[in-house]
Amino acid sequence: MPPRSAASELAKAAAPGFVLERSEAVPALIGAHEDFLLIAGLGGSARDVGAVTGDGAHVYSLGGAMGAACMMGLGLALARPDKRVLVVTGDGELLMNIGALATIAVIDPPNLAILCVDNGHYGETGWQKSHTSLGVDLEKIASGSGIKRTRTVATQADITDGARLLREGNGTSFVVVRVKPTEPPEFKRNFDASLCRDRFRAALLRP
Amino acid sequence: MTAKLDAIDMDAVVDTKARTGWQHDLYDLLRAHGVTQFGYVPDAGHSVLIDRSLADAGVRSIGLTTEEEGVALIAGADLGGARAVLLMQSSGVGNCINMLSLIKGARFPFLTLVSMRGDYGEGNPWQFPMGQATQSVLEAMGVICLRIDRPDDVVATTTAALTMVFKSGQAVAVLLGQKLIGAKPF
Repeated sequence: MPPRSAASELAKAAAPGFVLERSEAVPALIGAHEDFLLIAGLGGSARDVGAVTGDGAHVYSLGGAMGAACMMGLGLALARPDKRVLVVTGDGELLMNIGALATIAVIDPPNLAILCVDNGHYGETGWQKSHTSLGVDLEKIASGSGIKRTRTVATQADITDGARLLREGNGTSFVVVRVKPTEPPEFKRNFDASLCRDRFRAALLRP
Repeated sequence: MTAKLDAIDMDAVVDTKARTGWQHDLYDLLRAHGVTQFGYVPDAGHSVLIDRSLADAGVRSIGLTTEEEGVALIAGADLGGARAVLLMQSSGVGNCINMLSLIKGARFPFLTLVSMRGDYGEGNPWQFPMGQATQSVLEAMGVICLRIDRPDDVVATTTAALTMVFKSGQAVAVLLGQKLIGAKPF
């Protein structure tokens, strides 16, 4: 196997349409992260969120249980209708539990937003192409599932509208941001799942 | 007796208008313990719980496309301070295995009610592989199993499960045996 950076370079060359820098686009889409309770999917999206938030107590990041992020966001959004919940996940994780979009669309909580950072690859495992590099369109799946507010952010010009959609409150929103298949930000977050649960609940639920 | 009549008999033990029968006691018990999110995959054995949760303005009832969605739902509800339950059939337990990493790794309180197939009197051979593995699989992932075979035990056993989950933070599956819910001869 080539070194990860070399594999990433190969992936980049093979990914037209994935042009945004994730280290710029993801923070721009999230904006003021303190406005949200955040659930981050495993791998790159957890590192994206860690870099933006500093791994704060308003964040719960997965390190495994691939496919859990969207449904954790739903449970949290229903439990706390007074808070806005943002799920940040990746194309690989979303594909693993794609039916969750149908489940969420039916419930349609107004305080839930999903941001999928789509680099078209499985970066963690050696930059193999994901289905989104091979013709699968996650926005169409979200839209076809019944989520009414969806966007694809593919260029710089789309970011303002995508960021606005993540913050609008009249129904669940779904934004997929297409980014270059490059290494996610370096961020060492806490991997103790139980400690992070206690931290999150203490910050949110303490009277 | 035909298979169809047996299926009807299973539902006939519940008077939906009078809200009597162990299924209604079970629903009332969950609500009395503050459960406000019901994640479910449609199942005849859970039909009373599903229907009552859908009709209850005080809860959110969430139809799932697959059972592991409910495992993650429960974790998210807990982060927000809410209590959730997952209603599924024993065949769905197999779909949950890796997602239970979330429960075990983070010590989320976890309650599931599992209606058994491939169990006492089962008439569909396809149900046996997962039905007979259900308890082993759950226990392998750290979920304590409490089995109920008699209507008189439903309230006491489920009360015990609720205490173990929401006071002691454990993961518990209440297995509703086919001797309790009625064996499907098809």
